[in-house]
Amino acid sequence: MPSLECLPSREAKGYQRKRKMINPLLMQPAHRVLPLLRAGEISSVELVRAALDWIAEADPDLGAFLYVAEARAMARAISIDKARHQGEEVGPLAGLPVALKDNMCQRDTPTTCGSRILEGFRSPYDATVVRKLEEAGAVILGKCNMDEFAMGSSTENSAFQQTRNPWDLERVPGGSSGGSAAAVTAGEVYLSLGSDTGGSIRQPASFCGLPGMKPTYGRVSRYGLVAFASSLDQIGAFARNIPDLALAMQTISGHDSLDSTSLPEAVPDYLGALQREPGALRVGVAKDQLALEGLSPSVRQIFEEAIAKLAGLGFLLEEVTLPHASYGLPTYYLIAPAECSANLARFDGIRYGLREEGRDLFDQYCRTRRQGFGAEVRRRIMVGTYALSAGYREAFYLKAQKVRTLIRQDFTEAFKRVDLIALPTTPTVAFRFGERTEDPLSMYMADLFTIPISLAGLPALSLPIDWIPPEEGEGPPMPVGMQLVGPAMAETRVLQAAYCYEKSSGLHDLIPSFVNDRKGLRFDPQQCSQIWGQI
Amino acid sequence: MPKPTIGLEVHVQLRTDSKMFCACPMEFGAEPNTRVCPVCLALPGSLPVLNRVALESTIALGLALHCHITPFSQFHRKNYFYPDLPKGYQISQYDLPLASDGYLTLPKESIAASFKKVGIIRVHMEEDTAKSIHGASLAHNVGYALLDFNRSGVPLLEVVSAPDLESPEEASAYLVELRAILRTLGISSGNMEEGALRCDVNISLDRGTRAEVKNLNSFRAVRKALEYEFQRQCERVERGEAVLLETRHWDEAKGVTIPGRSKEEAEDYRYFPEPDLLPLEIDVRWVEQVHRSLPELPEGRRERLASLGLHPSEAITLAHNPELACFFDGALEVGAPPKETANWLLGEVQRILHAGGKSLEETPLTPVRLAELLRLIQQGVISSKGGKALLEVMLTSDRPPAELVEALGLAQVSDPVQIRLWVQEAIAANPKQSEQYRQGKEALLAFFAGQVMKKSFGNANPELLDRILKEELQATA
Repeated sequence: MPSLECLPSREAKGYQRKRKMINPLLMQPAHRVLPLLRAGEISSVELVRAALDWIAEADPDLGAFLYVAEARAMARAISIDKARHQGEEVGPLAGLPVALKDNMCQRDTPTTCGSRILEGFRSPYDATVVRKLEEAGAVILGKCNMDEFAMGSSTENSAFQQTRNPWDLERVPGGSSGGSAAAVTAGEVYLSLGSDTGGSIRQPASFCGLPGMKPTYGRVSRYGLVAFASSLDQIGAFARNIPDLALAMQTISGHDSLDSTSLPEAVPDYLGALQREPGALRVGVAKDQLALEGLSPSVRQIFEEAIAKLAGLGFLLEEVTLPHASYGLPTYYLIAPAECSANLARFDGIRYGLREEGRDLFDQYCRTRRQGFGAEVRRRIMVGTYALSAGYREAFYLKAQKVRTLIRQDFTEAFKRVDLIALPTTPTVAFRFGERTEDPLSMYMADLFTIPISLAGLPALSLPIDWIPPEEGEGPPMPVGMQLVGPAMAETRVLQAAYCYEKSSGLHDLIPSFVNDRKGLRFDPQQCSQIWGQI
Repeated sequence: MPKPTIGLEVHVQLRTDSKMFCACPMEFGAEPNTRVCPVCLALPGSLPVLNRVALESTIALGLALHCHITPFSQFHRKNYFYPDLPKGYQISQYDLPLASDGYLTLPKESIAASFKKVGIIRVHMEEDTAKSIHGASLAHNVGYALLDFNRSGVPLLEVVSAPDLESPEEASAYLVELRAILRTLGISSGNMEEGALRCDVNISLDRGTRAEVKNLNSFRAVRKALEYEFQRQCERVERGEAVLLETRHWDEAKGVTIPGRSKEEAEDYRYFPEPDLLPLEIDVRWVEQVHRSLPELPEGRRERLASLGLHPSEAITLAHNPELACFFDGALEVGAPPKETANWLLGEVQRILHAGGKSLEETPLTPVRLAELLRLIQQGVISSKGGKALLEVMLTSDRPPAELVEALGLAQVSDPVQIRLWVQEAIAANPKQSEQYRQGKEALLAFFAGQVMKKSFGNANPELLDRILKEELQATA
């Protein structure tokens, strides 16, 4: 088994605090600990305890979790160990610590969506993905931080806390699923779920140097996912490598009668497919996209190197054009706010969540929503309301829907000639806190390459392709991601191609030194159980 | 004199087992907030799933109203804030209603003006809101509102008529006919008191500027509000004032309409396609199947019944009461004569039921038994009067009619010897009247018939009695 290499990461100023050492098992991919759990070499109780201890140790610096369900997780670990001991069927993820983005409902657990307006709200029901994870035996440790209602690209829009990028604690982890990405990167959990509306999984995956996947729209049930933009929202996952990601996607995908937009097709065996070579797939490279303003030259260079590497692996490169993709950003910023303006209308202070009393009903609505929602959420609600208003609907909302159709057609055309399309995930590496908060448009640019794919509803995966030194200022090298996009329902192909690349790059075994003060430590999984014994 | 132009928007609550977008059971009068789930409470993360039965009911009504059923339809979100609307938007239909361009036929006799076709512009589906109950706390001197979400998400149909109605009576007849269609299809109770049928009216003078009147919860309110509104608009015009485009509310207690918001400042509902539901593709074969399984509708039923010789008003009454019509048809199936059946069912049966405050289903009377009763009369076993007495008992007892005839001693006496004996006794006992009869006071025949009926406890065969009485009175002369 290969070992893990530790890269230096930077502590944030004022956060240089000595932490206890992480249990090395926690930095392993799920695929290495699941056999240990199955063989009884470690128990779920031990693993969950270790993860909870590490969260207690690391999260004050990291801020990935909004809520840690300690007692509940331990109780579940105990029951899984017991079931396994009695020879019962326990599921493929049995005993594995995982986490949810805080916009997924779990029974009796707080669900805030990173917003004051839902502070104190506990969902009385489970999201379908939660049910599926639990049926697979996963132990949900808690809820991860996010941009308020998934609106943002840095997790800075959370009403509660900042989440730091484990590679450089002075930088953002990306967003909106920043907490979920940081938690997996920093060894707090093995897998986490995120949601992706315009790039909210792929962008933080790229910023945190993880593989992260958004499936075809409709592949994963949205039941229990608090809606941002219904026609774009999809749940996906973060993992430490492609096989883990395949395992996570396998677990949560499939038809759900509670979600009318859920696709009826059966879920293929993603993991099994990874054992097969994908063959000489044709990979489209959109040169017009690479020419877009905003793409950092160094990211572009790394991306082109990765493309060359793909060619070296036997993939056939083809040039494709996506002539309307450059309209993705303005299109998205009409459709998503329009839908959110309706989706967030239910937060009115009448039945649950925050209520600010007012002179009358109208005043109460205004006060509640002004107090409860942050600036970005209010901005998008207003933009969306405007875009749907009589007299503007045709010029904005309906026009955007037409452009969306054109963008979708661009991809349909391209996929007549190629099997996959490769794109940079983000125009730049992770930026510093506060760098873009003053200018919403610069923040929106972080999703330049992810948004057109969301508009087309296609499956896409971001995987790390290299670490590069920051262009300005000092600091540790930061990860760069590449997106592989497939036609609808081609998750298997996307995962196969990504796995092919990952195996040759070996980058998935890099871990940030944040998790351990001893720089350059190499984890030897052979010794895992021995190390375990010492701790 | 200006003429009113009236159009109706009727909201119909469907009688499905579960709500429109979730599995919550529908139950009128259940304990508040006990028929609720994450979907109809609009908890974060919940999603709607369309009730197929509600969709089929809509198609059935569309077909019954001779509408075009669209092969492609869609739900939209209608956005507005109100506490009884938990999502902050109502899932409704906008530019692609499920059914459109149909008509409803008003029966000939229900109004003086003779029958007419009333255009149906559209029939679309939407969800009901929660029920608000407003109150005031005297102790704290504040108003409050209670919300019952049992009604939230109940399937509704909105049926919009063309402005083809020309009087309050026609509007009323339209509602009655629509309710009859709904009840015949079995898709709604059509009960206005329970809110299963709610009506907004639009009225203008000679197709001028219209006013909309909301909150009409009974047939009477619809008629009264239209009458009031017609009068009000006429008076304005007489004073040289324009009729305003506005929404008004019916104040039942005061019998007046009061202005609500004017249409110019009406809310912008910001409709857009509901992304949580797939567009509806309605299979033509499904529509055909629904069409084939439609029951006999009031319009056709009226014609059939009239052709059986029923009086038009009887045909209309039966067509408007699907349960009665089924009962009627049941009796005919076992050989009962149509006219007599209608006569008895709509006359004597209804009178007794009405007096006892009962409904037909609550009694042991069946179509077969009613037919048997009619046969007993026809065969002369009992008199028509005896039949009425028998019916009274049949509405409470489930013993067979023949048995009851015996037990109650209702059998008609058709023995001429016995009747002649009673007649002779009666004449002998009333010499004065018999004398007057012979002098030409023929009206006294009824007096003697009454005397005999008394003796026979009402069981003497009336035809036989009439003949023998005349014979005997002549004979004593």
